Formats: sequence, structure tokens, C-alpha cells
Amino acid sequence: MSQPLHVTPHPPAASPPPAVRIRDFTRRFGQTTVLRDLDIDIGQGEFVALLGRSGSGKTTLLRTLAGLDPADGQTVVTPAAKAIVFQDPRLLPWKTVWRNVALGLSGANVRDRAEAALAEVQLSHRLDAWPATLSGGEAQRVALARALVREPGLLLLDEPFAALDALTRIRMHGLVLALWRKHTPAVLLVTHDVDEAITLADRVLVLNEGRIAAEERIDLPRPRDPDAAFHAIRTRLLGHLGVEVPVRRPAPTEGALVAFPSGEMVA
Amino acid sequence: MSLLTIDRKPIGPRLPRLQLSRARWLSPVLLLLLWELGSRTVAIPPRILAAPSTVLATLWEMTISGELPRNLVVSLARASAGLAIGLIVGVTLALAAGLSRQGETAIDPLMQIKRTIPSLALTPLFIVWFGIGEAPKITLIAVGTTFPIYLNLFAGVRGVDARLIEAARSFGLKGLDLILHVILPGALPSFLVGLRYAMGVALLVLVVAEQINAQAGLGYLINNARDFMRTDIIVVCLIVYAALGLAADQIVRSLETRALAWRPSFITS
Repeated sequence: MSQPLHVTPHPPAASPPPAVRIRDFTRRFGQTTVLRDLDIDIGQGEFVALLGRSGSGKTTLLRTLAGLDPADGQTVVTPAAKAIVFQDPRLLPWKTVWRNVALGLSGANVRDRAEAALAEVQLSHRLDAWPATLSGGEAQRVALARALVREPGLLLLDEPFAALDALTRIRMHGLVLALWRKHTPAVLLVTHDVDEAITLADRVLVLNEGRIAAEERIDLPRPRDPDAAFHAIRTRLLGHLGVEVPVRRPAPTEGALVAFPSGEMVA
Repeated sequence: MSLLTIDRKPIGPRLPRLQLSRARWLSPVLLLLLWELGSRTVAIPPRILAAPSTVLATLWEMTISGELPRNLVVSLARASAGLAIGLIVGVTLALAAGLSRQGETAIDPLMQIKRTIPSLALTPLFIVWFGIGEAPKITLIAVGTTFPIYLNLFAGVRGVDARLIEAARSFGLKGLDLILHVILPGALPSFLVGLRYAMGVALLVLVVAEQINAQAGLGYLINNARDFMRTDIIVVCLIVYAALGLAADQIVRSLETRALAWRPSFITS
């Protein structure tokens, strides 16, 4: 399954305008400031991972980009076609798989489009299944198809692999990368799994207390193995997240939880 | 006995054993037999309670003569008319209250106040208002069935998983599409619970409503039978009421298996 080296699109150096542009964005809930003075650009077709602890404001940022939370007149520019994959699949249980994918689509060949999207996530055999009969990984693939069928300029992934077992997660990583290469949407992956972020993204942003605390460009060729360069990035990112990395430790498997002797887990 | 319990190897196809300890049908049958026996030995005189065999014979006669079907149709029509009105009003109010805050503010307090008054307590008022014809009977059934429909559908609409609504909104659904594809299907299970209750209530109120000077219907049959001390006819009507209750339950059950085919419990079965 080795792929030719993918040249990561660099940020808006010159000509193409960024897919996402946030300027000086602040969001408060009551007394709490969740996001403050954020400036973020995501290039066309760029894969960005957003890392942060719980409560760092990651989900708020994603919801704002999705249009689920109001931008309150601040500068938040996004493509018109956006789609989210949530942590839980959120399929409508009373609609069959293909109708879930076709949800909200209009036009002539809705069923064909849904079928094509489901074929891309290898679920052609479950078109007429009820969501309740799907496994966790299958349901999440349906959710991915439902997002992709809209041909989004911006694909928002809200910890979509967090609830999957480790093996399924690895397969999903490969699938997401393949689909991203094919459809080239800009991607914002919200995660708290450092390894997942390094494995997938062109660029990793670390969000801490509502600000971008660090930014790390990942220029490693894909597929990425946890080699020395990988580990160096990982150590730096964990440092930004306020986690001291213990001295030598065995290389973790891809996408696994990172457990620390203190018992703290950084996933 | 001990030998039997030790040796558990099946020896060929066995006849199903009569397990008296599990026979739930036994006590009802015994009661019927005792009842029949009591009637035949004049321990239970017919004016107190007719014998089961007499009841069966009367049921047959009343069916053949057309007396029972004719009155049954009258009662069914009353119950259906009342239930239909209750459904329309209940669904309309529940959707208005469930889908908008203003609707809830306007409607829900009134419904909660009304809920504290037992529907049957309105009987005298309805007789004063509507006389003793069909109107008070149907109105009583309509009022009684409105509430279970309203309460369950309202709760169902409000109970639809907010995460599903959010997901659907993120895929561009809004307004009528959101209601049709997400909110109503999500509220359907609760609605069907309400419908089942409403059918039970319709039957209960029917029994009482038909005591109001009915000229036809099961209640009329019972009243007449009471005047002539025909306990057999009274019991026949009770059987019919029970059958109606069972039938109503069956209707909702089959509706559920069709409309809720997506539920895990129905998928596996």
C-alpha cells in the first residue's frame, strides 16, 4: 500500500487564497473566554491537525468553522461546501445507510452519488442496511461518505477515530488519507492524539487556553513510521502540551494511546 | 425421579411434557369450570351470573341475529370518531408546543392544568352543553384521548437526540426538511406509546359515555340487559370490550413493527 511521496501544499505563500481564514477571533461563554485573538489560515487542500487538551477550545473552533456556532460578525472565512465527521457517527437510525449519506442532497441522481460515496469507503454491500446493524468502524465510514458526497472544500473531523479500536483506527487513517488525496479538500482534524496528528497532517497546531501555543510543520513522507524524526516532532508537541516526555521508551504503535508513568494519558 | 434428573441424554424426539408448575392457562380454566359447575348446581343463580355455556350460547345468538354486530359498529364508530378528533387535536397541539418556544409557552400550561381534571369528571358539563345525543359521547372520548397523544408526542419531539439535529443542520437541513426527516421520525416511538394509551382511554371512556342514555351500542345493550337482569348479555358485552382492547393493542403493535423497523429490537426479530 506504499504511495508515492505526496507533496504537501504549503500555506498561502502567494497566489491561491486560503480555504479558511480566521482573524482576531474571540469567543466567550459568559465569563469564560474559550478562544482569544485567533489567527488561523488553512490552505486549499491542506491537512491541518488541531491538538489540545480537553477544554482547550478545539471543539468550539471546529463548531465555529462548521457554522454551528455563530461567528458574531468576526472574520471567519470558509468555503461554502463544508462537512463534518463527528466523534460519534450520528447517523439517523430510521434511515438506511444510503439515505443517510444522501441526507440533505438535492438533484437528480442522489442515489447514484450516495452509492459512489459509499463505494469509496468500501461499503457498497451495506447500502440498504439499518445503521443499528453497523459496526463502529462501518458507521464511521458511512459518516465519512456522508461528508465526502457533498464534495466539501473544507472537511472538519472532530475526533472521528477516538471511539474506534486501535486496528480500525489505523485502517481509517489510511482511508482518510486516500480520500483526502483524491478529493483534495482542506482538512481540519481535531484530535488529542499526538501520534494521530503527526501521522496524518501537513501541519499541526497546538491550541492551549484559547490561543495557538505552537505550530509544527510535518514534512515527513507518507506513510509515516514512528522513526527518529517522528519522535522529535512528537517530543516537541508534547512539550507544548505541557507533558514531559520520559527518557527512552519503546516506540508506541501508530495511533495508540500514550501512557505516562504518572498514570496521565495523552491520547 | 433422581434417575431422570441424572440421565439428561435426549433419547430420541420427546413429547413435550405437561409441566403443571408452568401452566399459566390452568387457573383461568379451573375458574371457568368452577363457575360452570356453580351455575349448574344452582350455587350461582342466573340473575347473579349466567353460566359460561349460557354466555357462549347468547354470544352466538346475538351474533347470528345481527344484534351484536349492529351495536358493535355503533360503538366502534363512536370510539373511532372520538379518537380521530383526539388525534388531530393532540398532534396539532403537541407539534405547535414541541416545535416552538412560543407554542410551548401558550399551550403547555393549559394542557397541564387540564390534565389535572379527570376527563370523565367533565361528563355532567358535557351533558349540559351537548345534551344526551352522540355529541357528548364523542366529545368525551376526544378530550380523553387528546392528552396521552399530546403528552407523549410533545415529550417525543423534545426528546429527539440534539446531536442528530445538529448533524442534520450541519448538512444543510432546516425548517420543514429538518422536521420531516429528523424530528418527526425521532418522535415516532413516543407517539406510538401515546397512541396505545389513547386507544385504551378511548375504550374506557366509551364504556362510561355509553351509559348516557344510549339508543344503540354496547352500552345500550348492557343497560337494557341490566334492566332485564340478563347477566349473560352483560358478560357477552364485557367479552366484546376485552376483545376490542386486545385488538387495539394488536393494531398499535403491527404499526410499530412497520414504522419502527429500524429499531434494533425489530431488526433482530
